[in-house]
Amino acid sequence: MSKQYKLVRCTINGKQVEKMIDVRASLTDMLRDDYRLTSIKKGCEVGECGACNVLVNGECFNSCIYLAVWADGKEILTLEGLAGPNGEISDIQQAFIDEAAVQCGFCTPGFIMSATEILASGREYSDDEIRKQMSGHLCRCTGYENIFRAVKKTMLRRLGKNAEADAV
Amino acid sequence: MYDIKALYEAESVPHAIQLLLEHPEAQIIAGGSDVLVQIREGKRAGKELVSIYGLDELRGVTLEEDGTLRIGSLTSFSHITRDPLIQRYINVLGQAVDQVGGPQIRNIGTIGGNTCNGVTSADSASTLFAWDAVIELTGPDGVRRVPIEAFYIKAGQVDLRPGELQTGILIPKAAYEGYQGHYIKYAMRNAMDIATTGCSVNVRLSADRQTMEDVRIAYGVAGPIPMRARTAEGAAKGQPTTRQAVRSFARTVLEDVNPRDSWRAAKDFRQHLAVTLAERALTESILLAGGVIHE
Amino acid sequence: MYVGKKVTRVDAYDKVMGRTKYTDDLCDKGAYVARILHATIANGLVTSIDVSQAEQIPGVVKVFTCFDVKEKHYFATAGHPWSTDEEHQDVADRLVLTQRVRFYGDDIAAVVAENEVAADQALRAIRVEYEEYPFVLDVQEAMKEGAPQLHEDYPHNILKHTSIRKGSYEEAIQEPGLIKVEGWYETPAVQHCHIENFICYAEMVGERIKVVTSTQIPHIVRRVVGQALGLPWGSIQVIKPYIGGGFGNKQDVLYEPLCAWLCVQLGGHLVKLDIPREDTFVSTRVRHAIRNHIVSWVRPDGTFAARKLESFSDQGAYASHGHSIVAKGMGAFPQLYPCDNVECDAYTVFTNKSVAGAMRGYGIPQAMWAVECHTEEVAARLGMDPIEFRRKNLMPVGYVDPFSKNELYSDTFNQCIDKGIEATDYLRKYEAYQHQTGDVRRGIGMAVFWYNTAVWPISLETSSCRMVLNQDGSIQVQLGETEIGQGADTAYAQMAADVVGIPMDMVHVVSCQDTDVTPFGTGAYASRQTYTAGFSIRQTGQLLKERILSYAQELTRMPPYNLDLVEGKIVRITDGRELMTLGELATQALYSLTHSQHITAESTAQIKSNAYSFGCTFAEVEVDIPMCKVKLLDVVNVHDAGSIINPALAEAQVHGGMSMGIGFGLSEKMLFDPKSGRVLNNNLLDYKLSTFMDHPRLRAFFVENPEPTSAFGTKALGEPPTCSVAPAIRNAVYQATGVFVNEAPVNPHNLFRRFTEEGLIEKEAPGHV
Repeated sequence: MSKQYKLVRCTINGKQVEKMIDVRASLTDMLRDDYRLTSIKKGCEVGECGACNVLVNGECFNSCIYLAVWADGKEILTLEGLAGPNGEISDIQQAFIDEAAVQCGFCTPGFIMSATEILASGREYSDDEIRKQMSGHLCRCTGYENIFRAVKKTMLRRLGKNAEADAV
Repeated sequence: MYDIKALYEAESVPHAIQLLLEHPEAQIIAGGSDVLVQIREGKRAGKELVSIYGLDELRGVTLEEDGTLRIGSLTSFSHITRDPLIQRYINVLGQAVDQVGGPQIRNIGTIGGNTCNGVTSADSASTLFAWDAVIELTGPDGVRRVPIEAFYIKAGQVDLRPGELQTGILIPKAAYEGYQGHYIKYAMRNAMDIATTGCSVNVRLSADRQTMEDVRIAYGVAGPIPMRARTAEGAAKGQPTTRQAVRSFARTVLEDVNPRDSWRAAKDFRQHLAVTLAERALTESILLAGGVIHE
Repeated sequence: MYVGKKVTRVDAYDKVMGRTKYTDDLCDKGAYVARILHATIANGLVTSIDVSQAEQIPGVVKVFTCFDVKEKHYFATAGHPWSTDEEHQDVADRLVLTQRVRFYGDDIAAVVAENEVAADQALRAIRVEYEEYPFVLDVQEAMKEGAPQLHEDYPHNILKHTSIRKGSYEEAIQEPGLIKVEGWYETPAVQHCHIENFICYAEMVGERIKVVTSTQIPHIVRRVVGQALGLPWGSIQVIKPYIGGGFGNKQDVLYEPLCAWLCVQLGGHLVKLDIPREDTFVSTRVRHAIRNHIVSWVRPDGTFAARKLESFSDQGAYASHGHSIVAKGMGAFPQLYPCDNVECDAYTVFTNKSVAGAMRGYGIPQAMWAVECHTEEVAARLGMDPIEFRRKNLMPVGYVDPFSKNELYSDTFNQCIDKGIEATDYLRKYEAYQHQTGDVRRGIGMAVFWYNTAVWPISLETSSCRMVLNQDGSIQVQLGETEIGQGADTAYAQMAADVVGIPMDMVHVVSCQDTDVTPFGTGAYASRQTYTAGFSIRQTGQLLKERILSYAQELTRMPPYNLDLVEGKIVRITDGRELMTLGELATQALYSLTHSQHITAESTAQIKSNAYSFGCTFAEVEVDIPMCKVKLLDVVNVHDAGSIINPALAEAQVHGGMSMGIGFGLSEKMLFDPKSGRVLNNNLLDYKLSTFMDHPRLRAFFVENPEPTSAFGTKALGEPPTCSVAPAIRNAVYQATGVFVNEAPVNPHNLFRRFTEEGLIEKEAPGHV
């Protein structure tokens, strides 16, 4: 049978875009292949590792098990979209560097996007809540410890609690 | 890239019904966290899909005039947990679905999908069983309401007729008013896991909070589909809130449950868990209902 | 000086910005996609493969089967240095596709297609017929007379059996008054679970084959691809970009030979082989499951009279790293707790299961599970405090291993233990947790570990380094020891900056290895990168500095011995005056009309030393007995890894190793269906890797006794953090419950069985109380 395509119009990292997309494509496929956003990683392709995590309308989704056509009309944010207009690094990205929360780096984009959703809420989460909110990602390098520190410190700093952040 | 023969996107419930009738072989896809995985495994590869994911009319929780709590079938787990009506009337359901997978899965996973795939381990199902939920199905002949126990036919199969889709899950007022409940998911890790056994209990205490007027208990993975433990429920009804009554209730569940041996867990271990979880979930439910456990 | 400081990882910025390119990110989208058809029987022979339907599927380029492999070049896959001595070469037992099936998941055919959907459809359309043989999944069953044989040359399926004998065990056990403590200790097959699956792609450039691969060992991959295809090694180019973790799985040549072979069959077309997660579990490598039997004869005063170890290591279907793993574990046994009379036997045995290879710790996590479970039991039997018993028997200061010449130079064990005691408030808690009752109980426990940094004298240790001076005074540094996430590039940059005498931001470590241009090095494995590369960095840096100062003499008239290079400036030692910047010198040198010189240095260091690395884990748990669950409340690792090059990265690496140890101790286990040999839980849902919610805060501490054999005082830290975590947790569970669990992991299934056996849980029977 002939291939089926659909025009998918959406906002990716603040920019309005549209392309004809193969309806069989996952959002991972579309972002990696059609938009060359390679921070989205493939680790399992069944929603178990979190390496392909992106924000859709402000909520985290594993893009591997999200049909690309569903992105029509949505706002997508990927790691590539976190930096400021002149490429300035965001606070959470800097925290991942400062806390040595990056090793092989393969799971890093997904984790940072989950952290982005948490931080955007403006809430102060307990340690257990942070762990739960970040639990949709697997990491084999860091034992999650420094990722935890990076997220908690950034959360506290955004809430103006610098002294508490330093003590994490 | 998924091996999908064709994708039809429904724009309304009637349109979805029309698409399903036009494409009788098609599989409904809601959030896709099960269907897409099965396509990748090859089980449903090469099939037509009718996507209902875009039907926002099936999202959200409302209270109907008669007090029935209505959960749109496409409401995601995370939205159920955060919903104020859920929190007020059946908080345990929000807690149960807050233990599905991880945050991303809870954002894509829908309660309709969770119940329509007919698996025994679904975290929402045991709580819905324990709260006498009613499944609303909409099809070419109109709307049909089926108690959830009747909706599940056998493992992987539910009472979904040609052209039908699940449009809502209803909790009647009589089922929730005066009840407090607790769900325990027993799994091998604290996130990203499926239940080894899930147990949902709720209780209605007498006015003096000394007697269990009604107790309902349901399990996931204690049989091929989610199930109630009616013998245990009967035994607990009218009993005082004592440690001994709770224990006795818990032991009685073994007359109802029928877990199997599998590589995921042995039968005797699951039986042990069924008892342990029943005791703990009932204890917690009594406490939530303002009672105390008398030693 | 940069060594010893918490400097930022050189690759962190790109990684958090999403810029870092891994193999799949670099592959052209025009690549053909290859998928492997795996056997669905555990033992037997492929009698026919029907590809007619598969080849009709639109988008399928071609299907290759084991019958298309005409030239049979058997090859070994272990990422060991090549040995020119045939006796020491790894066992060459693999073909790119095999007709003889030895495990459920063996590679029997491959589909090449224009896209993955067509490739997967073709896989499902291939029809295979087999002649099935009986199979064997258990090591000791496999050793029995009449068991199914996997490889003709290995009777009783024994790949290798080695022994250690010291004193006389038989005589020593005659001593009156001895207490015999005996146990069986078992660890399961577990998987590396690097988040980037194995992936590679190959294409021909001219007459040569270029392979880009997610590997730890590019130079070894080049050799093995050459061997597997029967081609001169120089005709293969291997490029290693950033990789998403390896942990030893990618210290094996996995599918590069098949990918290169497919590429050649298709006239050199670009072919990508991206291994799905499910196949990564089954058909790459796993950690050896090892069953250990230990007997100790102990005097009432707490000293050992005689000890015996038997180890049975489950190799799975092919030799891969083979006996080296259990041999390393056995080697640790007589050293960690020395005893005059020791008998050790280690067997590596083929079974019809997934192939075992290298994995972080290389046999030591299994050995420490056995030894430290057993040690706890011996102390308990003697009624001695477990830590005091260890202090009394652990390897003493000044101990020298006669084989490796490794020496324990410092009072490392006591220092590490003391630090662990302090960090966890061990003494108070140990006392408080004695004699508990009730459903929920707490316990605290510990375990130590033994580790060897590198592979000398078992294997070659060589490291080559190249440094190239740029016009601005910065340098490129190239090494064959790869960055695999552990932070090697950063450590190299720190070392190079210090040795050459330039700021660290003037050191550009070339992260990507390309065998066409990268100096020879055998890659990242053991815990040797910082140790081994340290020698060649130091040697090459000194050479570069000499050349720089010698050129400086031409420009300044000052003799080199009166000059130094400090933070990128040529400084006259006599008065400390800065004469010129290195950038000025480099520009002069390159563009001089009288003496143009590209200042570079390159050298090889052969390392004929090795170093012990020791430490311990302390763990505190809460055990919910009816729920059969362990909650890890606190876990602390203490390491003596010599001088720490970068404290932040060292700590981070310890966290990762601890996490892997927690999984090993509490939840991870590959399950094989006894009826078919199929792996049952080959996905990240059913395989229980710990999640963010399964860990407490992880804490790492260091004791820094500089290693005298080392170029920078440093020694193993990559693998050691994984080695003692599981037995420490198990020993804490023992303190809480009084129940020994000898089979890892301490998961609810095992606890239910053990608690039932010990009467902590009553078997449920229907009926009222």
